Amino acid sequence: MIISTPKGREELEALLKDYRSLFLIGCGACATVCKVGGEDEVFATQEWLEETGREVVGSMILEEACHIMRSARELRRCKAQVEEADALLVLSCGAGVQSISNCVEKRVLTGVNSLFLGNIRRFGEFEEKCSLCGECILNETAGICPVTNCAKGLLNGPCGGLEDGHCEVDEERECTWLKIHERLEKQQRQGVFDRAVEAKDWSKKFRPGQHQLDKNEEKK
Amino acid sequence: MSRLSDKLAQQQFVMTAEIAPPKGFDVGAALAKAELLRDMDAINVTDNQGACMRMSPLALSRVLIDQGFEPILQITCRDRNRMALQSDLLGAAALGVENLLLLTGDHPKFGDHKSSRPVFDLDSVQLIKAVDGLTQGVDMAGNSLCSTPQFFSGAAVAPAAEPQLLVLKKFQKKIACGTQFFQSQAVFQRSQLESFMAEAERLKVPVILGVLLLKNIRMANFLNRNIPGVQVPLDLLQRLEEANDPLQEGVQIACEMVALAREFCQGVHLMTFGHENLIPQILAD
Repeated sequence: MIISTPKGREELEALLKDYRSLFLIGCGACATVCKVGGEDEVFATQEWLEETGREVVGSMILEEACHIMRSARELRRCKAQVEEADALLVLSCGAGVQSISNCVEKRVLTGVNSLFLGNIRRFGEFEEKCSLCGECILNETAGICPVTNCAKGLLNGPCGGLEDGHCEVDEERECTWLKIHERLEKQQRQGVFDRAVEAKDWSKKFRPGQHQLDKNEEKK
Repeated sequence: MSRLSDKLAQQQFVMTAEIAPPKGFDVGAALAKAELLRDMDAINVTDNQGACMRMSPLALSRVLIDQGFEPILQITCRDRNRMALQSDLLGAAALGVENLLLLTGDHPKFGDHKSSRPVFDLDSVQLIKAVDGLTQGVDMAGNSLCSTPQFFSGAAVAPAAEPQLLVLKKFQKKIACGTQFFQSQAVFQRSQLESFMAEAERLKVPVILGVLLLKNIRMANFLNRNIPGVQVPLDLLQRLEEANDPLQEGVQIACEMVALAREFCQGVHLMTFGHENLIPQILAD
């Protein structure tokens, strides 16, 4: 799940100052769960836009804004309204925004900041566990990712900031390397402490990322 | 080879201290402080210490060499990726810098450029390994160098950090990757130092003990609250509180730590925070 937060009203106000009429787009997937781009938020944003003297010429909730072809198709059904708008305001993650910006000529604006790939603890509570780094080390670190959970992404053990079991960057958080160490001890294995882990191969984290199932020869 | 490495190889007790490069390009004040540290075997030059931007320690290291000092160039993984680090290391070799202290580095959150991107492309273990590779004429990508640098490669350790078993696991990795000496965080308890040094002795690696001048109780409390891996025990806090002259008591405590270093370690790294004039007193037998 992509976790995102809404941009502040002040920032939106500045962003929209030259636009009178807007077409509003939400997303039925992650943005709905994060409460940044579901029905409630699209409705609230519409009200706010109207209160601030703007016209909302139309709105829609895409099923999954990150689906490029489907989003383009859904949007084509509202072609007339989109034509009428000065700009489109999208309340979805940055991936969703780009599905839209690639299929219309009009200015496409985003109303949210995308944060991370998140696990859900409970409603409204999200935790980052994986950075999608392309070279997974979880098998050696007792299922705890240091790339994501260590503030410095260290691969060979804790830094000198370990204090009373806490992270120097956030003393509310337990040091990830302490957790890895304790779980490995419980499992009675050395795991990642058995070797000096090589410098990470960042070429595996392609930017921009591209992956096609049928062309993926590595898995064979 | 550097004077530091020679002395350690000959099992002589060594003394080091540190200076920070200026926030600016005038090295006058840094050189004046270095002058107070003339008797040290080598002087650490910190690398954007506390994540605060300052002059390049490589530049100041060369200035120190020109003035007849022997620097220990500190290099952290916070601000440079592996290409920049290796490139600076080759530059260091060209400028006559041999001693290195290879560190992870404080997080930018603590510094004066809080919004900068933390790099940490390498961690300290990988940096140590990279230096070891360079001294064998190969870069991290496996390419041969046209000339092979010589380094005396040091790393940091906090013997008083808990759990010590975890600290030792990383300590062992650093040694396996080519660390030739350690400079430690301050330790105030004999028992902690004793158990740590048993391991260091087994692994046959010299440790230069961090000795920190406690100026007063306030400073000791600050260290306990804010500096990871440093623990001033209750009895010392009490001594500082009850002393008529806390600074003199601090000097006395530092003397005791130097004595511990002479018993267990191969040298001392003095952290005197503006009281460099007290160093002769701290080192007096």
